Amino acid sequence: MKLLRHRLVWAVAALVTLIVVNTISRPTFLSITLQDGELYGSLIDILRNSAPLMLVALGMTVVIATRGIDLSVGAIMAVSGAVALTVIEASPTPDNLGVVLVAIAVAALVSLVLGAWNGLLVAVLGIQPIIATLVLMLAGRGIALLITGGFITTINSEPYQFISQGYVLGLPFAFLVSIAAIVVVALIERRTALGMLTEAVGINPEASRLAGVRSRGIVWGAYIASGLLAGIAGILYSSNIMAADANAAGLYIELDAILAVVLGGTSLAGGKFSLAGTVVGVFTIQTLKSTITFLGVPPAVSPVFLAAVVVIVVLVQSPRTRSALARLTRRRTPAGGARIDPEAAS
Amino acid sequence: MTDTPVALGARPSLRERADRFRARRASWIPVSAAVGILVVMFAVGQAYFGNFLTPRVLSSLLLDNAYLIVLAVGMTFVILTGGIDLSVGSVMAFTGILCARMLSEGAPTGVVIPLVIVLGALMGLATGVLVQVFEVQPFIASLAAMFAARGLAFVVSLSSIKLEDPFVLALQSTRLAGGGWYLTPTGIIAIATVVIAALVLHFTRFGRTVYAVGGSEQSARLMGLATARTKVLAYVISGTCAGIAGVLFTAYSGAGYPLNGIGTELDTIAAVVIGGTLLTGGTGYVLGSMIGVFVYGTIKVLISFLGAEQSWTRITIGALLLVFVVVQRVIVARSSRS
Repeated sequence: MKLLRHRLVWAVAALVTLIVVNTISRPTFLSITLQDGELYGSLIDILRNSAPLMLVALGMTVVIATRGIDLSVGAIMAVSGAVALTVIEASPTPDNLGVVLVAIAVAALVSLVLGAWNGLLVAVLGIQPIIATLVLMLAGRGIALLITGGFITTINSEPYQFISQGYVLGLPFAFLVSIAAIVVVALIERRTALGMLTEAVGINPEASRLAGVRSRGIVWGAYIASGLLAGIAGILYSSNIMAADANAAGLYIELDAILAVVLGGTSLAGGKFSLAGTVVGVFTIQTLKSTITFLGVPPAVSPVFLAAVVVIVVLVQSPRTRSALARLTRRRTPAGGARIDPEAAS
Repeated sequence: MTDTPVALGARPSLRERADRFRARRASWIPVSAAVGILVVMFAVGQAYFGNFLTPRVLSSLLLDNAYLIVLAVGMTFVILTGGIDLSVGSVMAFTGILCARMLSEGAPTGVVIPLVIVLGALMGLATGVLVQVFEVQPFIASLAAMFAARGLAFVVSLSSIKLEDPFVLALQSTRLAGGGWYLTPTGIIAIATVVIAALVLHFTRFGRTVYAVGGSEQSARLMGLATARTKVLAYVISGTCAGIAGVLFTAYSGAGYPLNGIGTELDTIAAVVIGGTLLTGGTGYVLGSMIGVFVYGTIKVLISFLGAEQSWTRITIGALLLVFVVVQRVIVARSSRS
């Protein structure tokens, strides 16, 4: 019973169910082949393709923990991709590793600045997060279009393509990037006091301020991290298609990311957050998308499935359903049994 | 920052009276600011282009944005209760494509239009029930509705469907013209929606409860007001408006298309906020939202007059949204201090 109440149990159950369904409908789903020292297979594809969403969702987790939300991540992805590709396109030697590194650095810096802008609006000016980031969400794609001059910039650059297509140690480079991001964020949040302070700010901003927590800096930092991670996600995305499409890059990714965070058991009301939950949530969403594509459903119809998942998850997590379930289980236990009320216990 | 465009002619000698007026009418200041921006944009456009303030341009402002006005009215109800509805753009696309599909297959107009509007209302009801009964955050609940409606739109049809029904086309093409001005039935519907919504908000028990819930839900509940019913109804109204907007947009574009209205929920929220409705709920007017839509529409027209890229529209809207939010922030901070 205790295991059932763990907050990750539903997300993991959903992921396992999806994997089982996939394995039944196509037995090759779980098979991974080794070819020239590089791993291939459906699972590897899911790991690789989930990288941008993973980065964005990690940043989103930290922002949501501070009682915020970052709607601008998709727009930041578009800007970052546009910046990186414009830099590479302007260079006479697009295959030069140095040029690519400069492009990545500039794109990361720009997205850092955009994240800082969000943080400024939220932490310093005290504007509601949803609106503060809506500003950039609206304006960002316009800015990206201006950077690319209204066209879809395409490039040919060996090193840049490596980011999404390359392999290191047999694993996709993009997956390694997302692993690195998970490790870095987890270390910073969980091996220092920052994670606890972030939760404190999210649970009760006023009390944490009185307790001497410098909430302004923490909130600001969360948005900067989210912006930077979204920027790297934008680089991954643009490297995958080798084009900067200001309209399509990161479209709806903010919603997927928020969904991943919620699936992972982090409440949108802020406070306690679970990075492991977010990771599971991201894989669940990516597997679901891959399943939908495999089942031959037109990709355009896939939002219906996402909606169904959202509804099921929020219904399962809602207090009313939980208390109804608790009442059912209590009725089954013999009267007078020393059973702790799940509401009181949690 | 202190000199927000306030619509009153008080001189410094009348400072006290001005302050009292401002304190009492604080909620009208953002609306007046929106009107001010609109007037300034009109003036600048006229001065710069010379042929900006023509009956043709102004009439088309209402025609081009009729669907957005209706959406903004519904959104205002939801935001006033302290919620948000992200599904309006998708619901509009869904009802629009469904309307076009059923009409193209020969269903009678008198059945199709009420049916799609009811469907919109039902989607709003679903969102409202998720929010109220299951205590799902409005953002997530309406997100689910947004995904569902967008997917359903593609289930109805993957490609655009041309509209041939004479009645729906007439909503757009009938012009009550006079002296260069014209008014289409879509425009009349939009204005009627605003008027009805304003009357409901200010002269009915339900309307007062909407403001009370947005101001402080707990107080409203302790006062014995029907907060649950009111909140659910706000989403139903938003869904209904999205249904109407679906019909209007289909009439406007002459076809149903499942990709319609992507990003429209953001435009709607932006218009509502620019129109002076506070996102925290409890303060705002549907009339302001209509002004907000006009501001949005005028920016679009100005940019096309300038021949600049339309990507500037989004940037300008974003910047304007920022200015208004900061102004609102200052007003709220000042009024809570006094």
